[in-house]
Amino acid sequence: MANLNHVAPQQHMLRRFSLPRLLRGGQTYGVVGTLVALIVYNLVSTPRFLTFDGLTEAVNVNLLQVAPIAIVATGMTLVIATGGIDLSVGSLMAIAGAVAPLVFLSTLPLLSNPFIGITMGIIVPLLIAGLFGLFNGFLVTTFRIQPIIATLVLFIAGRGIAQVISNGNIQVFRGSNFVLLGSGRILNIPVQVLVMLIVIIVVAWVVRTTTFGRYLLATGGNEAASRLAGIPTDRVKRTVYVISGVLAGLAGLIIVAINSSSDASNVGLNGELDAIAAVAVGGTPFTGGQARVWGTLLGALLIQLIRFTLVTKDIPLPVAQIINAAIILFVVYLQRERKS
Amino acid sequence: MAQTDPLLHMEHIAKAFPGVVALVDAHLRIQRGEVHALIGQNGAGKSTLIKILTGAYRRDSGSILLDGRTVDFQSPQQAQNGGISTIYQEVNLVPFRSVAENVFMGREPRRFGFLNWRQMHKETDALLSRLGISIDVTKPLLTYNIAIQQMVAIARAISFKSKLVVMDEPTSSLNENEVATLFKVIRQLKVEGVSVIFVGHRLDEIYAICDRVTIMRDGRTVEERELHTLGKIELVAKMLGKELGDVRKSGQTGFTVSEHRTGEKVLLEAEGLRRGRVLQGVTLQVHAGEIVGLAGLLGSGRTEVARSIFAADPLDAGSILLDGQQTHFHSPADAIRAGVGLCSEDRKAEGIIPYLSVRENLTLAALPVLSRHGIVSHEKQQQIVDTFIERLGIKTSSPDQKIRELSGGNQQKVLLARWLCLNPKLLILDEPTRGIDIGAKAEIQRLIDELAEKGLGVLMISSELEELTEGSDRVVVLRDGQTVATLLHEKISQDAIMTAMAHGDDDGTQIVATDEELQYGKS
Repeated sequence: MANLNHVAPQQHMLRRFSLPRLLRGGQTYGVVGTLVALIVYNLVSTPRFLTFDGLTEAVNVNLLQVAPIAIVATGMTLVIATGGIDLSVGSLMAIAGAVAPLVFLSTLPLLSNPFIGITMGIIVPLLIAGLFGLFNGFLVTTFRIQPIIATLVLFIAGRGIAQVISNGNIQVFRGSNFVLLGSGRILNIPVQVLVMLIVIIVVAWVVRTTTFGRYLLATGGNEAASRLAGIPTDRVKRTVYVISGVLAGLAGLIIVAINSSSDASNVGLNGELDAIAAVAVGGTPFTGGQARVWGTLLGALLIQLIRFTLVTKDIPLPVAQIINAAIILFVVYLQRERKS
Repeated sequence: MAQTDPLLHMEHIAKAFPGVVALVDAHLRIQRGEVHALIGQNGAGKSTLIKILTGAYRRDSGSILLDGRTVDFQSPQQAQNGGISTIYQEVNLVPFRSVAENVFMGREPRRFGFLNWRQMHKETDALLSRLGISIDVTKPLLTYNIAIQQMVAIARAISFKSKLVVMDEPTSSLNENEVATLFKVIRQLKVEGVSVIFVGHRLDEIYAICDRVTIMRDGRTVEERELHTLGKIELVAKMLGKELGDVRKSGQTGFTVSEHRTGEKVLLEAEGLRRGRVLQGVTLQVHAGEIVGLAGLLGSGRTEVARSIFAADPLDAGSILLDGQQTHFHSPADAIRAGVGLCSEDRKAEGIIPYLSVRENLTLAALPVLSRHGIVSHEKQQQIVDTFIERLGIKTSSPDQKIRELSGGNQQKVLLARWLCLNPKLLILDEPTRGIDIGAKAEIQRLIDELAEKGLGVLMISSELEELTEGSDRVVVLRDGQTVATLLHEKISQDAIMTAMAHGDDDGTQIVATDEELQYGKS
């Protein structure tokens, strides 16, 4: 194990061998190594983990659940890169999930057209989730409330709002084409995976090439200096919470589409914790100023794979949770900030 | 005063941090019942010395005698039990607890295992009335102003039967009435035989309340005197390490141009800038192509002036004209658009974005110019970065290197380039050469010279008299938030600057305000 060896040349070797573009910074090898190790372990010990046709159906279904987590965690990565945190995402997932069926099952004249109905069924919940994100942003910037407290407000109230919207009912919609968002395939790739990849690619591109991306990293890296350099730090932060809200809404839509039903008390439950864990495992430091978008995807994958592995090994849930946490701790330890 | 039997005697104190030697050979001798001023420039070692005294730091060598006995405090708590209390600039009490709880925190009087509120309130009342204050001690601390909060901290200190109270810049956030109250309390402490170490910068206050003074410079104690035998100018000279009557020497800095071809045009005209107690009427002018030095002791309002012009801080009153036009900046972004740049004195806290590359740091303020539809043009960015790395001689392994890995001098060059690539009209530099090595320092000074030659107006704040006298075409001296002198060309000398810092009073110069002895403690 090279990790036990802290000699400088060793670290250089590791840096050279890591996937350079994808994992810039050399701190991601912990998650990559663990991920590879878990896959190898599963190939060896899990019967029919991988067949000649690809991943077996059971594995597939299980791993597909990574898409919504990864989408939420991508937004969370941006929030954390500004030095903030967004606890409200799980509740926003529930709100978007509750609003969608109300729109596309609506019998209003315009919405009863299936195409318009489903399009609006996607756009309206995302807008609403974005507005709630803007609310978070205002609390953080205009009212200078610490992000963990500011977003706690909607963490608590959001799920209640979702239940009020859906009248406390579980809304079932088996016949609607809306479920394609969760079960459809394009070129044999699941739609949700495509959506996830598009989100990650776009966000990674935004961080790397746009003015907004620089502003975001600068604001998180040193807010006082950024303001003196003329950066509209408050606007940057508000925007980031809006993005986080919209992506949480998107993840909520995918979940209700997978389930063909919307249950406001369950959609996105603990979603914020999964997302935060994925960001941490992915190597984005919580002090702000850096965003490892692809690392977050790896983090989400790792967390889901750990869960899958523990389930297939029939490990009792309480024990599984402890092992899960231990592995996360181990990976985060490997990737901790080293003093120069 | 019995010189033979001091309350506190610190001798030959030395302390080094990784990379920095904070104290070389510091001494401090405090008599019983005296108010002792501890003064020095930034980095002179005052705070390190205080922290060693109060057990927050360990000394490398030297001895501390308290009451004739050798002491070696391992923690602030031990120092407190040993009779030394510290009142910090920012009051460190618990705002939501009552005054009485704060005074007795950690050693509440109990009766049958319960808090004895009656005794606690009574004793707190008694303590505060000794200081001449009567307030409702059951109310939360935060309902009172900072001055009262400080009094509560002092009350807590004397309740420990402290023999020595250390006050670290106690007046910095107080208004004049509050200062008067504080001074009354300090005099009361003296009457009770308690000694006070008063760390501060305002000369008027020091002369109003202190008996003796210890002056520190570069980690050493350079003077210990009865205050009334030491004139203000002499004190300032000692603090800055100058001799009065020093002949003006040249060639100590990278500044070589003796006089810039200053344009007729007034570029910046600031008049009557006021904010709270820190700015009380600052007036200055900068012409195009001129280097204006802004001088003043710590706490004289230099940095505040810079930040106000740049719209980083609001003003209560005053007008700022740029190119003859009244400015209405709401944020630094507005100032930047109008062609103003500001390099902060605190590179780490307000300059660099540590984890971003040299490239991103250099072009941070220029991004709006470098991008179209929000997408940064990599070519344009690279072009600017290459140009300035070469022009300023920035030593970096590649533009992609993180800025935190660069030396202080190279970081400063990147920050200068951040503004220069915008081609500004006015550049405000707050201590542009502080904390960087001599080579880079001379390079930066030469660069400033060169920029002024090309027509840039420069407002340069500096604590170094050589930098001010050799670099500036005009020196504006601030004292207690006021412009007290404006020196032009041949009138610029270290003596003249020091005199103005001390008295605001110098023959043959334009005097904007005269020295007024503020009488505190009469109310």
